[in-house]
Amino acid sequence: MSTDIMVIGGGIAGIQASLDIADKGGKVYLVEKTPSIGGRMAQLDKTFPTNDCSICILAPKMADCYSHPNIDVLTYSEVMGVEGEAGNFKVKVLKKARYVDEAKCTGCEECAVKCPVKVPNEFDQGIGERKAIYMPFAQAVPRVMTIDKEHCTWFLKEKCGACKILCEREAVDFDQKDEEVVLDVGSIIVAIGYDLWDPTPATEYGYGKFPNVFTGMEYERMINASGPTGGEMKRRSDGKRPYKLAFIQCVGSRNPQLGHAYCCSVCCMFSTKEAMLAREHHDDIDSTIFYKDMRAFGKGFFEYVERAKNDYGVRYINSDATVQENPENHNPIVVYDVAGRPEKEEFDMVVLATTLIPREGAVKVAEMIGIPLTEFKFFESKDRILAPVDTAKEGVFLAGYCREPMDIPESVTEGSAAAARAVETVLAKGVSV
Amino acid sequence: MEQPEQPAETPGETEEQPPETPAEPGSEDLRIGVFVCHCGTNIGGFVDVPSVVEYTKTLPDVVFATGNLYSCAEDGLASIRDAIKEHKLNRVIVASCTPRTHGPLFQGVCEEAGLNKYLFEFANIREQCSWVHMKEKEEATEKAKDLVRSAVAKAALLVPQEEMKVDVVPRSLVIGGGVAGLSAALSLAGQRFDVHLVEKESELGGFTRNLNSLYLGEKSAEETIKPLIDRVMSHENITVHLNSQVGDVSGFIGNFDTTIVSNGSSQEVKVGTIIIATGALEYLPDGLYGYGMYDNVVTLTEFEILCKSHKLPKVNKVAFIQCVGSRGQDKSYCSRICCVISIKNALYLTEKYAELMGDDGAERVEVGVSVPEIASRRRRRRRMAVAEGAGAPAAAPMGGPEITIFNRDVMTYGANHEVYYNEAREKRIRFVRYTPENRPKVTQEGDKLAVTYYHETLKTERKLLADMVVLATPLVAPPDAAKLSKMLKVPIGRDGFFLEAHVKLRPIDFATDGIFVCGTARGPADITESVAQGLGTASRAAIPMARGFIQAEAILAQVDPQICTGCGTCVANCPYGAIRMTEEGVAEVLAAACKGCGCCGATCPEKAITMMNYTDDQLLAQGRSILQGAL
Repeated sequence: MSTDIMVIGGGIAGIQASLDIADKGGKVYLVEKTPSIGGRMAQLDKTFPTNDCSICILAPKMADCYSHPNIDVLTYSEVMGVEGEAGNFKVKVLKKARYVDEAKCTGCEECAVKCPVKVPNEFDQGIGERKAIYMPFAQAVPRVMTIDKEHCTWFLKEKCGACKILCEREAVDFDQKDEEVVLDVGSIIVAIGYDLWDPTPATEYGYGKFPNVFTGMEYERMINASGPTGGEMKRRSDGKRPYKLAFIQCVGSRNPQLGHAYCCSVCCMFSTKEAMLAREHHDDIDSTIFYKDMRAFGKGFFEYVERAKNDYGVRYINSDATVQENPENHNPIVVYDVAGRPEKEEFDMVVLATTLIPREGAVKVAEMIGIPLTEFKFFESKDRILAPVDTAKEGVFLAGYCREPMDIPESVTEGSAAAARAVETVLAKGVSV
Repeated sequence: MEQPEQPAETPGETEEQPPETPAEPGSEDLRIGVFVCHCGTNIGGFVDVPSVVEYTKTLPDVVFATGNLYSCAEDGLASIRDAIKEHKLNRVIVASCTPRTHGPLFQGVCEEAGLNKYLFEFANIREQCSWVHMKEKEEATEKAKDLVRSAVAKAALLVPQEEMKVDVVPRSLVIGGGVAGLSAALSLAGQRFDVHLVEKESELGGFTRNLNSLYLGEKSAEETIKPLIDRVMSHENITVHLNSQVGDVSGFIGNFDTTIVSNGSSQEVKVGTIIIATGALEYLPDGLYGYGMYDNVVTLTEFEILCKSHKLPKVNKVAFIQCVGSRGQDKSYCSRICCVISIKNALYLTEKYAELMGDDGAERVEVGVSVPEIASRRRRRRRMAVAEGAGAPAAAPMGGPEITIFNRDVMTYGANHEVYYNEAREKRIRFVRYTPENRPKVTQEGDKLAVTYYHETLKTERKLLADMVVLATPLVAPPDAAKLSKMLKVPIGRDGFFLEAHVKLRPIDFATDGIFVCGTARGPADITESVAQGLGTASRAAIPMARGFIQAEAILAQVDPQICTGCGTCVANCPYGAIRMTEEGVAEVLAAACKGCGCCGATCPEKAITMMNYTDDQLLAQGRSILQGAL
């Protein structure tokens, strides 16, 4: 029997769940697949409907989580197997070698300066570059470097080793090995978030073909001051800033043909935010949002859209839209219709609100734990009305977008809700403790 | 997991140690030690650290100064620990990064070396110096010296502080017995806390009791929530107070004194935390779309009551109108859930049409809506104008109903709702969009209701004859929310709903510790969302109760009762409800609730309030010191 609790996924839902449990005195293992906790929220520039800087409000929570004496944060780690039942789960976790000693590295990043290998930075959606030894982003937690074995010349050709030579703290360790641990926990919270759908197959939007068509997350990274372009919107074709921006909603979502019949719940608001931020960066920029239904349904959301219209000059057009290109200047041309009449308009840049899809690994996690998925591969609640964060398996709970499309405050709320249910479980199971 | 009855020390929080008779300013030799961090090249690459160290050694009362490659690394921390002991330091300054991430670390080292942690001072020469002056190395070095000098000036005036512990009563008060409150109560009870659940009606269940069906469920609303109610009623840790209200609340987190008033008698209950789950009401759209004028114009909830009580009149053509009174028509907000509720009812009518129209052999109301439940409900909320000219609806031909939903945007967000919307369209429910400039109009035409609307694509006015018009109105805050807000000193927003501490990261907390909010009391939400919020507040409220104590801030406000005139400015300005007036008429700080934000100190006209660790003397010394070169 164990009263410890495992949280899978170090995004905002998982962080909130971990902090709530740990603050009550419970021991938490927080397992995060990437080298840093923070999740999607760390990638966002600002948050609606207040335009608060995302990482600025998240970073303190990440620090609190990592330094909490009751939370064991296992980054760069993956759950490989789950056995047992509520009160007595055995979870096999693979701690991937990062080839840097977590205890010795202070995150000074001097090694990265000297590393000769450049790799597209996944945190910046491939727009910027990182090195083969890298800190995933400026505010990463823990502040520990990771070596990307796929690209490091030491692992490819046994050459270089600059980072190892340079590191005064002798933190670089090429001989580090993957490590497998088995952890005993009484309850498990799944909070693995979402993936971004690649819109290339939906050729009507021209993504991947027309250089000045971007995804929402690419745009978020570009307008972020600590992003790859230092906060500048830059066209792929010529590096120039745009003056006319178009946002197209429901790209891949609400579209049963593409298998994403659902609504992602957040895109109407984040596109509205992105259009407002464009105007904050340049007051001569004009934005147009093409939408099916403007789903501004949350607290303060409708008022936010009104503000975008009235104070930021954002134009909203209720229409489906597709993209063509002016071959002379690589300007995207948006094709839409108003009251059945087809229209065309040329823009400098198009930003697609693409579907936020369940994690690729959701199927594996569901199989390992033995919990069902919905038709869209979100994790299924035990009871969609009265037990949203419970699953069919006792002792396993859900939080955040991996259960159902939702925004940050809802994910935070569910993080807490799952924490409450998990604590109830271990208290009920661990009476003898 | 620790039991609430035996709160163990949270690991990492060190036992309070009596400080080693630290030096009082002026009373004893000050021995200040300064550690200037290179942070690899983050600071060292732009600031001449050795020169800052040499300069620091010349400052008054500094007995030790050194550079550290990485102060935060284990060897760096050890060197600070050793130097404190070796040089008998009684004030410690680290000149490096930010207190937000590294303050607790260095304070911990001081404590390990036997020094009160409030004798530690930070100088930020990275974020506030080297990182922003990478191109001005000489100036950056000078600025680093200024920052260190001002930290030394403040450190000389630091005095040890003690953190007070306040016990927390492991009992919670949940106000409101709807699904949110029920979920919160049940989870708290499951976490082994006593719960007092206060419900003003004679039954539990809240707004859901009005409802007929639930859109994700097979069973009726009542049947669905019955198991939840039963579990709450039978749980040994939950005391349910029906027909009751909260009469009065005083105190602060961990120790609230509350009065529960039931049928004229009152009971005192001491609780550690409070959860607000008081719910919302349906907006009554008087004067809109013929509501109150024509009997067959009903609200969504009234429609559900008709279905539920099997008193729906014979109808064939039904029009739903969305956003009635919301999104700028009266209330500014979108009520989030009405679209899916309209879809639910449209589908219900479609699927159960034969049964509802009397094929099940039950007796039917043939003429208009004359259901006592609805009549009394309307009367109770307001005096209604006399209805005029309501005629009998025509007998509906058998076959399916014809349903049209007039909407502005269909808010079927997420996976489940959107699937539901698609199902409605497949079942031939018509969706017609309108704009606020061209709202539909409802008039009486013979025995029918005429809905005149503007067709956006055809650019022309059209008319739809309907047997019934259902108005989707928003949820609104109940009138007593304002009273509760004053009693608990927690805010309500512009829209009348309770206002959370932070819209993104503290959605169910209040700025005031120990009080939480869930369900439609904080804004429109469906049942699933209300349940999640209820469980969420159960987690938040359980934290201080599981720990069993509140570690009060040491950096808090202190009132000098000799100077205080009792003007009450501080009480009005405190965002946390942490100051009250004593019977002697002077202000008193509630240590457990004070966050040390300084609002009271800044606004006190008599300067009777001192902020501990940020006293006027300390801040002025720091300010003067940093301006030393300029003055």
